[in-house]
Amino acid sequence: MLDGTNPFVRFRNVQKSYDGETLVVKNLNLDIEAGEFVTMLGPSGSGKTTCLMMLAGFETATHGEIELGGRPINNIPPHKRGIGMVFQNYALFPHMTVSENLSFPLKVRGMSAGDIQDKVTRALDMVQMRVFGDRKPAQLSGGQQQRIALARALVFEPELVLMDEPLGALDKQLREHMQYEIKHIHENLGVTVVYVTHDQSEALTMSNRIAVFDDGVIQQLDDPVTLYEKPENSFVAQFIGENNTLTGTIESLTGNVAKVKLEAGDSVKALAVNTDGKGSRTSLSIRPERCVVSPKKVAGLGMLKGRIEELIYLGDHIRCRMNVAGNDEFIVKVPNTADQLGLEIGAESYVGWQTDDCRALDFKQV
Amino acid sequence: MDAAQPITAADGTPLKKKLAQAMFRSKLRATGLVVPLLAFVLASFVFPIIALMWQGVYNDTFERLMPNLTEELRVWDGVSEPTEDMYAMLVADLRQNRADKTIGKVASRVNQELAGTRSLFTSTARKAKKLEPPYKESVIKTKKKWGELKVWQAMKLTNQSLTPGFYATSLDAVQTVDQGFVMKEDKRQIYTKLFVRTLMISGSVMLLCLLLGYPVAYLLATLPLRYSNLLMIMVLLPFWTSLLVRTTAWIAILQSQGVVNDLLVWIGITGDDSRFSLIYNMTGTIIAMTHILLPFMILPLYSVMKTIPPSYMRAARSLGATPTRAFIKVYMPQTVPGIGAGGLLVFILAIGYYITPALVGGQDGQLISNMIAYHMQKSLNWSLAAALGGLLLGGVLVLYWAYDRIIGIDNMKLG
Repeated sequence: MLDGTNPFVRFRNVQKSYDGETLVVKNLNLDIEAGEFVTMLGPSGSGKTTCLMMLAGFETATHGEIELGGRPINNIPPHKRGIGMVFQNYALFPHMTVSENLSFPLKVRGMSAGDIQDKVTRALDMVQMRVFGDRKPAQLSGGQQQRIALARALVFEPELVLMDEPLGALDKQLREHMQYEIKHIHENLGVTVVYVTHDQSEALTMSNRIAVFDDGVIQQLDDPVTLYEKPENSFVAQFIGENNTLTGTIESLTGNVAKVKLEAGDSVKALAVNTDGKGSRTSLSIRPERCVVSPKKVAGLGMLKGRIEELIYLGDHIRCRMNVAGNDEFIVKVPNTADQLGLEIGAESYVGWQTDDCRALDFKQV
Repeated sequence: MDAAQPITAADGTPLKKKLAQAMFRSKLRATGLVVPLLAFVLASFVFPIIALMWQGVYNDTFERLMPNLTEELRVWDGVSEPTEDMYAMLVADLRQNRADKTIGKVASRVNQELAGTRSLFTSTARKAKKLEPPYKESVIKTKKKWGELKVWQAMKLTNQSLTPGFYATSLDAVQTVDQGFVMKEDKRQIYTKLFVRTLMISGSVMLLCLLLGYPVAYLLATLPLRYSNLLMIMVLLPFWTSLLVRTTAWIAILQSQGVVNDLLVWIGITGDDSRFSLIYNMTGTIIAMTHILLPFMILPLYSVMKTIPPSYMRAARSLGATPTRAFIKVYMPQTVPGIGAGGLLVFILAIGYYITPALVGGQDGQLISNMIAYHMQKSLNWSLAAALGGLLLGGVLVLYWAYDRIIGIDNMKLG
């Protein structure tokens, strides 16, 4: 099915509009390799679910092509695509038992009763739900229903499984547990998974690659580490993890180091990642855990003066909110170490960072 | 805490008693809110029903108005020759009833039991004053029929105030003095045929409503809000129109010179001289009743379908089911509570329908309710009307019970 050169799933110039006036998905290009776990991450209304529905066949692309295993599938109805899908509300058929739910996709494929029995048992074992085969979905807890939904999407051995915010309805602890379970099932079976969520920690935990959606466009497509460490634009920097933003104008560019004059008047050095060159405005992104707070200037770091506004003790670290260069939401995560300086609310202090950790991105008003 | 000791409140009174005291006022208020309606329902619904149902098995007209003869008939074995005493008491009672002007009631009551006896009573009563002993001879002289055994048997049966006779008549059986209940001959059976027809027409109306209503309810539940609102208004529109107007509108449409027939003739499906008879028969009843009862099918179906998320159908399709299969295997089973509720509602309403069949039913489109109305208003045989109504009510209750056993009342959704 796969001929090496073509990716397993390919979106090519895909556009989608519901009303003929606005585009929900704008010119989407996305390649997914076989066996990958790709997450579409973004705020609600960013077009990620629409993309998933187009791939599943429940929505038709207004323009462009979607290919699966090298074949265009735009005109193939959902039931012939052979794609497993897990829905947000599980969508287990309430009038069937768990076993009947699982045998449904096998029955429609005309398998023999013996084969169906085998596969259903194996799928139930995979999610450790064997003893629940005779229950109705309503008699199961949310987590159990989620497991059954997962087993049902996998029981007919699809090569591609789509998941539409499958853990949204679970409580935090169960959600985290299920994240690992889904990750392990993916690793064991080697199926390709396309996962939609608006929860960034979920995306970071499970994915090989994450496509960050906003406004119908993929803002950045990268593995979790790159995405967190090296955001390409202000939206990604702010959407993934915690982030401090300072705005300013680029005074000069030397190689990829930019000297930025902040709106408050100070000048700092930053790594020019996504700017329009000298004279343009830029948003600087600095992760809270990459900052140091020090009463004196430290050599080799970009340093700014700030005032400590709030201290929150969190055990492993102290969350320090400062007013830096006019931004009073500047967060620094101070590790809880023995030589930890005595921070005090209201104290004037320096805050500093490595030039590489301060990324100059496209300007975005905060 | 000691398990055997009842739990007590802080002041030492048992907790249960304390709770009852605390709840008393709110219970009193809740009861007070319900009392007016309860009284109204009891007075206007429960009591009349019981009173009328009682008439179906109890009619003391004869016993009350012919007290002397009653005594004699009670000891009579029903097959031997009537005695002189019986004739004497007959004459005495007839005289009294003539004087009280109640002879008509007696005559009607016996006439219900044995047709053609009305004039027997009225004419003999007129002459009763002048009759002299031996009464047997003189009475038979006024009307020869008085000598027939079956007249006396009819009177003996009528004399039984608490009687299964009306229910027997409702089932086309005849009560006899000596042979128990005997079915009427086939071509004289009216009521059983009418019951069967009522069930058939109600069943057809229910099925037609389901067939026509299901797709509409599906559309209502799945269309975007602004379209579904418009559609809902169109579904509800008939509710805001008088039943009489709707029924007469069907007369205008379906009659042989009506819109439908004109159209069919114009298209050439039928000739001008062989127009279809679409009204004043069973077809007319079914068409008009289906139209009128359709909303009662659509609304429960809609309320059930609205709660079925579209993801079920999507899940079924992603699992490999064709749209048809997904619909039949996944969607339809979930609408069963709506089908049950709508079907039961339409069927029960149809079974007791009166105005529409009366107006458009003609001869073979009449339902049992039309016969009940006839006995209430024309023949004034209220006991028979009550018995027919009792059977109808019993039938509905049996259906309800069967529904509960098969589908479960809890599953029913009415909106």
